[in-house]
Amino acid sequence: MLRTSAPTTGSDMIETRGLRKTFITRQGREKKTVEAVRGVDLTVDEGEIFGFLGPNGAGKTTTLRMLATLIEPDGGDAVIAGADLRRDPGEVRRRIGYVAQGGSTQDESIAREELVLQARLYGASKAEAVARTARTLEAFQLSEFADRKCKTYSGGQRRRVDIALGIIHQPRVVFLDEPTTGLDPQSRAHMWDEIRRLRADGMTVFITTHYLEEADALCDRVSIMDHGDLVASGTPAALKREISGDVVRIGAPSPARAAEALGSADFVRKLETQEDGIRLYVDDAATAIPQVLRSLDAAGVELTKVELHRPSLDDVFLIKTGRSLRES
Amino acid sequence: MKLLRDTYLIFWHQMRALLRNPVWIIVGVFQPVMYLLLFAPLLKPALGVRTNAEAYEIFVPGLLVLLAIFGGLFQGFGLIAELRAGVIERSRVTPVSRLALLLGRSLRDTVSLLAQAVIITLLALVFDLRVFLGNLLLAYLMLALISLMTSAVSYGVALAVKTEDVLAPMMNTVAQPVLLLSGILLPLTFAPGWLQGIADWNPFSWAVDGVRALFRGDLGAPAVWQGLVIMAVLAVLAVVWAARLFARSVR
Repeated sequence: MLRTSAPTTGSDMIETRGLRKTFITRQGREKKTVEAVRGVDLTVDEGEIFGFLGPNGAGKTTTLRMLATLIEPDGGDAVIAGADLRRDPGEVRRRIGYVAQGGSTQDESIAREELVLQARLYGASKAEAVARTARTLEAFQLSEFADRKCKTYSGGQRRRVDIALGIIHQPRVVFLDEPTTGLDPQSRAHMWDEIRRLRADGMTVFITTHYLEEADALCDRVSIMDHGDLVASGTPAALKREISGDVVRIGAPSPARAAEALGSADFVRKLETQEDGIRLYVDDAATAIPQVLRSLDAAGVELTKVELHRPSLDDVFLIKTGRSLRES
Repeated sequence: MKLLRDTYLIFWHQMRALLRNPVWIIVGVFQPVMYLLLFAPLLKPALGVRTNAEAYEIFVPGLLVLLAIFGGLFQGFGLIAELRAGVIERSRVTPVSRLALLLGRSLRDTVSLLAQAVIITLLALVFDLRVFLGNLLLAYLMLALISLMTSAVSYGVALAVKTEDVLAPMMNTVAQPVLLLSGILLPLTFAPGWLQGIADWNPFSWAVDGVRALFRGDLGAPAVWQGLVIMAVLAVLAVVWAARLFARSVR
């Protein structure tokens, strides 16, 4: 494959600049413009698992579909695996794989036939397609049922067929849209292993997810998206470090009063009121907890428990957007 | 050439799926066979012709065109199922030719239509229908063009509306007047002048006339080439239109 014509940018597998998409929706006679993606700049390095995190409706799938050439951006540029998305989407298609969220097989489909066809649509000869299909089925532990109809597969097996279809042509980068949504915990763990194996095979993996644990456990780097904008990017560890401190959760029957008692304390960096208590972001829990207890005691606020934990990606999201990802 | 290769690949993949369930070909041919067995015997006295063979010469061509129109128009349902399952989206991220995605499917429909046409023709032979092989093949060409057009139209509409709830009434609304205005069941020679005038604007009416001429053994009748040309032009237009919809980005 020649890659001289398209601009390359070192080890960046994906680089976007100001990627935008606006949808016009009609409600009766009224037209509404929805800015689904408002100028996304992101960089994905070669050979990493990159996680695109955000609540439903944040614009993750729209961004992914633009990068996969399925919808045309309204503005901005992107270079994917060295090919220019706007000028040469055909070349981008040859270099990427894409696995949609909703699956890609019919009940009556036979996995082996679909895989052979898919490989051939990417230009493989018949013999090559058959051989590659056999190897891929083996790698995904699907050989046993490859000649049965897809309706006989379990959810996890069928998802593996989808991924196999997306990578049969050995793309340099593969986009997985919510690859573990709807899977039971065991299948999810299995899927994580598959995704790590793709990286080990030299592929760059771009996944969207709204599971925090998934992004935390699986991804080398993440970008967090909200309302069409990126609100944070970095390694999960660095993002959590950015919060630089501890999270103290206090159970209190009347959270409002607890918040009032601590709201102006100078050791509290941020305070969030919850249904059954409050969440405090502090620099150092060891020194903060005694002060918290004293303040609450002085104000006569009853408390049921005090918990200390390390910040999670949800805390990152909360700090950046003021909302909890779990709630949105 | 990439288009030919891709069309061939899509066609065979679709064909293999169809052959796994060949019962659909039989189901599709069931209704016309019923017409042939239970309706056609009324025709000899009704049309005032001397023999059964003559009645079948008039009726079988109409029946075959009917099969081609309806068989094609309802192929869109299969595509909607594929859309819903994500098969089409998976195809669209590959470098496959967009025209091939359509042509491969429409050609599968055309082949299955021709298989059904052969079944009907063989049954009609039992009822004393006689037709020259060369004429029959030309008639099949006409049927193939009709099927290519109607299935492409159906795929195009399916891509545009994306739901069976809209596709079904739309196709029925189109098919009903087309059927009645093409003289499929009874020749329009019985029709009053105004009705014939409208029918002249129905392209399928020309196709039916052409196929009837061929079954009559009247190869030189103008209806033959006129029908073929009209159907060929419409088939090309329908295929181009539907292929453009395949290429266009759908959300």
